[in-house]
Amino acid sequence: MELFTNQVLAGIATGAIYACMALAVVMIYQAIDHLNFAQGEMAMFSTFISWQLMQWGLSYWAAFLITLAFSFVAGIAIERILFKPLAKAPVLTNVAGFIALFAIINSSAGLIWDFTIKQYPTPFGSSPFLGSQLISTHQAGMIGVTVLLLLGLYFFFQYTRIGLAMRAAASVPESARLVGINTSWMIALGWGMATAIGSIAGMLIAPVVFLEPNMMGGVLIYGFAAAVLGGLSSPFGAVVGGFLVGVFENLAGTYIPGVGNELKLPIALALIISVLVVKPAGLFGRHIVKRV
Amino acid sequence: MTTLLNVKDLRAYYGQVQALHGLSFSLNEGSLVTLLGANGAGKTTTLRAICNMVRSTGAIEFDGKPLNNRSTENIVRFGIAHVPQGRGTFTTMTVEENLQLGAITRKDSAGIVSDIERMYAHFPVLKQRHTQQAGTLSGGEQQMLAVARALMLRPRLMLLDEPSFGLAPLVVRDLFGILGKINREDKVSILVVEQNAQLALELADQAYVIETGRIVMSGKAKDIANNEEIRKSYLGY
Repeated sequence: MELFTNQVLAGIATGAIYACMALAVVMIYQAIDHLNFAQGEMAMFSTFISWQLMQWGLSYWAAFLITLAFSFVAGIAIERILFKPLAKAPVLTNVAGFIALFAIINSSAGLIWDFTIKQYPTPFGSSPFLGSQLISTHQAGMIGVTVLLLLGLYFFFQYTRIGLAMRAAASVPESARLVGINTSWMIALGWGMATAIGSIAGMLIAPVVFLEPNMMGGVLIYGFAAAVLGGLSSPFGAVVGGFLVGVFENLAGTYIPGVGNELKLPIALALIISVLVVKPAGLFGRHIVKRV
Repeated sequence: MTTLLNVKDLRAYYGQVQALHGLSFSLNEGSLVTLLGANGAGKTTTLRAICNMVRSTGAIEFDGKPLNNRSTENIVRFGIAHVPQGRGTFTTMTVEENLQLGAITRKDSAGIVSDIERMYAHFPVLKQRHTQQAGTLSGGEQQMLAVARALMLRPRLMLLDEPSFGLAPLVVRDLFGILGKINREDKVSILVVEQNAQLALELADQAYVIETGRIVMSGKAKDIANNEEIRKSYLGY
């Protein structure tokens, strides 16, 4: 029983990271109708920035905040420079853009910081949380930061005018323009926020997976799985999907014989395929019906 | 009477296809003007060109200021509220959020709150449903919501694209009654595009008839309604 509780809690902790990645993916998907394949690499690059800042002597939280601001601005810049001009281009052009971005960021990180694995600090420590062997303080911190982030985002989108404007721009762009919303900047803002959310995921998971240019590959696939499971049209679903995937992954690794650590990733991919076959809109997604 | 909207030699294009061929008309401050015409005559395109949602040439002046080359979201800030064809409801949001979105360019939060109450007085059904998702409203209710959303801007000019479309005759009467009241009491100038010519002519002061992207007839709404020849050849009733 203790093993079970332990695995569920650990699953919730990594699930929190998947939830952040899924949320970042869904925010951009809602804004521009494309999956951002480079979301993980952007998060990885941000994490390297924070590591570099700490190498230069800044405290963890100072580096954390500067990295958030950097990621926000970088996300907006990527949208303005690369994806705004592609807004009316066909799907495949955009996909090519995302893949290029992926490769560029991955190689640049390798060039600047090389591909050796680096230790990444945790501000929460890694002792047992509240004297319990079930969960470490870092895992508890991952859950805590994610919950705070989600509450903040909920408040932002539900109760602020700019949040309302962003939702309007994503749901009916033409009507949004007709009430005076600058939809183009709302998309850019969405990119900035998604990139900042991704950077939080990167900085929280780095002490677990260690810092290197390919650290987010697996994480992003879990994030996609979470987004597909919850429904790409539902931010709430993406978050729930993230936690579900985290728990599911851990339980499968522990209890299904022969899965172990090696086959965890294929399980996420199998999950994507099963959900797409059985419920294409995801658990919480809406079928978009287009009137002709 | 001062001219609020002045359109001169308007030509609009969808890709290579020209939809408007040099259309000119004007609208006086405080008046209610209707654009009539058959399907495909260019009524919707005219409204879309005013808000720069379609490529066009020619001069469009609002209150003496040119609107050409301004983005749609900037044109709204002049006080031009456009209720598009199909109503443009934010279906996944609540009725109240739809109203707040109508006022998203305004800064006076107290005024917005009192205007929402004013809309609920105009349209009691919206008050009953204010926490409901707008997509669950009936067609008539959504049209009321679209008009209310446009009024939340406190517009000087309201552009309405076929408000009667898909509504039951009784609901249409109701809606047109409200539009007339808004025009008289709130001093909002209205430009309404309609296929239901009979009803639009009862409501409007001035009417223009469009055929294949050109104005073919204009005058007082009363006169056009009384001219049997025009009615038969252009308006089909």
